Amino acid sequence: MIAIVDYGVGNLFSLQSSFRAIGVEAKLTSDRSEIERADKILLPGVGAFGEAAEKLFSSGLAEVVIEQARLGKPILGICLGMQLLFEKSYEYGEHKGLGLIQGEIRPIADVIPVGYKIPHIGWNALSFPKKNELFKYLVGGNHVYFVHSYYGANCEESVIATTEYGATLTAAVANKNVYGCQFHPEKSGEVGLKILKAFSELGGENV
Amino acid sequence: MITKRIIPCLDVKNGRVVKGVNFQGLADVSSPVELGKYYSDHGADELVFYDITASGEGRALFTDILREVAANVFIPLTVGGGINTLDDFDRVLKCGADKVSVNSGAIRNPELIYQAAKRYGNQCVVLSADVKRVDGRFTVFAKGGRENTGLDALEWIKRGVENGAGEIVLNSIDTDGVKGGFDLEMLAAVSELVDVPVIASGGAGKVQDFVELFKRLPKVDAGLAASIFHFGEVKIADLKRALAKENIPVRL
Repeated sequence: MIAIVDYGVGNLFSLQSSFRAIGVEAKLTSDRSEIERADKILLPGVGAFGEAAEKLFSSGLAEVVIEQARLGKPILGICLGMQLLFEKSYEYGEHKGLGLIQGEIRPIADVIPVGYKIPHIGWNALSFPKKNELFKYLVGGNHVYFVHSYYGANCEESVIATTEYGATLTAAVANKNVYGCQFHPEKSGEVGLKILKAFSELGGENV
Repeated sequence: MITKRIIPCLDVKNGRVVKGVNFQGLADVSSPVELGKYYSDHGADELVFYDITASGEGRALFTDILREVAANVFIPLTVGGGINTLDDFDRVLKCGADKVSVNSGAIRNPELIYQAAKRYGNQCVVLSADVKRVDGRFTVFAKGGRENTGLDALEWIKRGVENGAGEIVLNSIDTDGVKGGFDLEMLAAVSELVDVPVIASGGAGKVQDFVELFKRLPKVDAGLAASIFHFGEVKIADLKRALAKENIPVRL
């Protein structure tokens, strides 16, 4: 069973439907023991980093996720959920993240040329600088759906997918059993479902 | 590079897709769920659902249908029609919509865009404008194009973006239904004016109209159409291949 961590942000309808479509049991939960019992953890999120991080820490769920990551359970963060895995974010101030992926979250405005629209919204192609199990069903050039104004910076070690938007942006990261996608697999058609399927098939390895 | 988007638009009334659908091989051509899945499987980059029912029962039915569509379609969904309040945003977002399109509701209450953007983020708020030339001036029409609001379209759209609209659907009443191509003049004026994505609507009749649109106006991000897709006059796969051949970035 995959536990989709419900900490009160974002719309989780599509994520649940996606897992249902690939025949994988996924449950929305904010219950510590249920998350501990799950085979895998999915950390969703839309909205602003500061508010989401605050909810995650104050509810005690941050601690559970960190603990489970250390125990080797596969964890996938999506969009803001990916960003929360990082050490910190500079979205409206400076905020602490879970620290499971080395690096920080910075505005894409810092790196993309003038004239590029922000947020980066739409279908963009993936490149894979190294091989990763999460993308075992994909090929370079597959398109996925992005909606974001911030990106993962100084995380070269962990980057497993990039996309081009006037600059090369982090599209996905992995540190052993901890994974993150900046884009939305649950909105990326067939390609996205293949990523969720690959995630559901992962084993574990300790961070 | 971000690809240009091709977006079929489905008008839904009392739970059924209207405006003529003519597909071979679909068990129920008027089912929003089946049609949504069909488009999603055949290369549509996004779907727009407009609720054109006026009654409360129709609205409740639309919400149920939307939930079913969203459970079966894994590409972005935009929902419009009858969006007047933040509660309306909430209602459709909870059913799986990713973006909400406002039109007459924003004209009646210009605060709506700002409030919705603040609560759900700019990327969630789409301003849809029905625009027609009146005495040589681009003018906003309300109520499905029936009522002249007297508002200057360029000012209205600029203000909408300032208030937080993250995307513009520009529907030209002048070219709508004519199938003679998109309204390039109107689209040029709007895409030069704002720095959020602009979706062209109204006038597409054939593949070449989309090629023309994206070649002439590189700032336009997407093309939206209804009946030419529903009737199979333009197949999305063919359209995308034609665009790719012209070096226009598309998701194949």
